[in-house]
Amino acid sequence: MTEVMDLVADVMSRYGLITAFAIVGITVWVSYQLSARLTKGKLHGSAIAIMLGLLAAYVGGVVTGGSRGIADIEVLAGIGLMGGGMLRDFAIIATAFGVNTRELARAGAAGVISLFAGVFVSFGIGAAVAYAFGYTDAVSMTTIGGGAATYIVGPVTGAAIGASSDVIALSIAAGLIKSMLVMAGTPFVAPLIGLNNPRSAMIYGGLMGTTSGVAGGLAATDERLVPYGAMTATFYTGLGALLGPSVIFVAIRAIMG
Amino acid sequence: MVIYGVALLAGCMLVGALIGELIGLLIGIDANVGGVGISMLLLIAVAAKGQASGRLRPISQSGITFWSGIYIPVVVAMAASQNAVAAVRGGTAAVLAGVLAVAVSCALVPVLSRIGGEPPPPLEPVGGQPPPPVPDTDVEQSA
Repeated sequence: MTEVMDLVADVMSRYGLITAFAIVGITVWVSYQLSARLTKGKLHGSAIAIMLGLLAAYVGGVVTGGSRGIADIEVLAGIGLMGGGMLRDFAIIATAFGVNTRELARAGAAGVISLFAGVFVSFGIGAAVAYAFGYTDAVSMTTIGGGAATYIVGPVTGAAIGASSDVIALSIAAGLIKSMLVMAGTPFVAPLIGLNNPRSAMIYGGLMGTTSGVAGGLAATDERLVPYGAMTATFYTGLGALLGPSVIFVAIRAIMG
Repeated sequence: MVIYGVALLAGCMLVGALIGELIGLLIGIDANVGGVGISMLLLIAVAAKGQASGRLRPISQSGITFWSGIYIPVVVAMAASQNAVAAVRGGTAAVLAGVLAVAVSCALVPVLSRIGGEPPPPLEPVGGQPPPPVPDTDVEQSA
């Protein structure tokens, strides 16, 4: 019996990406069934699937102690490849095929403004929370502020201005919380903030900035909004990494004396 | 041929990634700045041209629409490979910073939506979304 199990595990590992296709396919199917039967379609099937994914990520992290969620379980490593940056970005770009270019152009200015607003607001809030928790030096405040922007901006900023490793870890955690909250929470706030058209999707992407969060959150809300939100969100991390260690750090240092 | 569409998509991604890296280099940060967004704009432009001239045949287009359609499953796999434990371990300060940043940014969406005149109307419901009355049907059809 164990031999058969070993054989199954062996095949699953060797065909990692194929295993991922099968397992994710089953997960999506189950999610759409749950959506139809339990929520009468009110909660989107893809929203349920993403929440199941996050739950699996947590379980995987607890079981293995690794950092890649369920993909750290050897037979499921293919899920990490399927959901990794390369295929994710490839699929995101494909969603741009057939977007409404007129709407894209008209929302351009609002998109740019939302990017700057999003970066400054997130840094400000992160820095304020850091201050409230006793991190009163400008370096820590800026780094944690960067984490409130995205989990990449935080460590990039922290490394540039010489933050301590525990502050950098804290900033990554803040960014991860943001990313996962946006993934799971977007469908619930969408009706409250008018997130139902290309322009508001672009603004949402610019304000939130976490590409994975926005990509997941909009998929769970209405797949057709994805290209608009992803378009702006993809500039956010670069902008944050540019402004964080420079303008924003200088500003925070000036305020803190 | 289907591969023509896939190759076009791949080409746009590579060029976009390169430009994104170059922008990063120019402004002196070690990050790809907007590579995905630039790739998207490239794809939009090139595909529109190809469709207009009739050189991007429907069969070739299916090489792009397949990847667009596989997007949600990819995102589910992405969710499943997040470092969820680290997020929770960050403690109250991390949770508060993340949650407040999201809450305030959300509140700004309706404010900024007023820029550039009245916001456009909501998208037409497709396949009954949202919410889909028969969610088993083709909700996955691409945008």
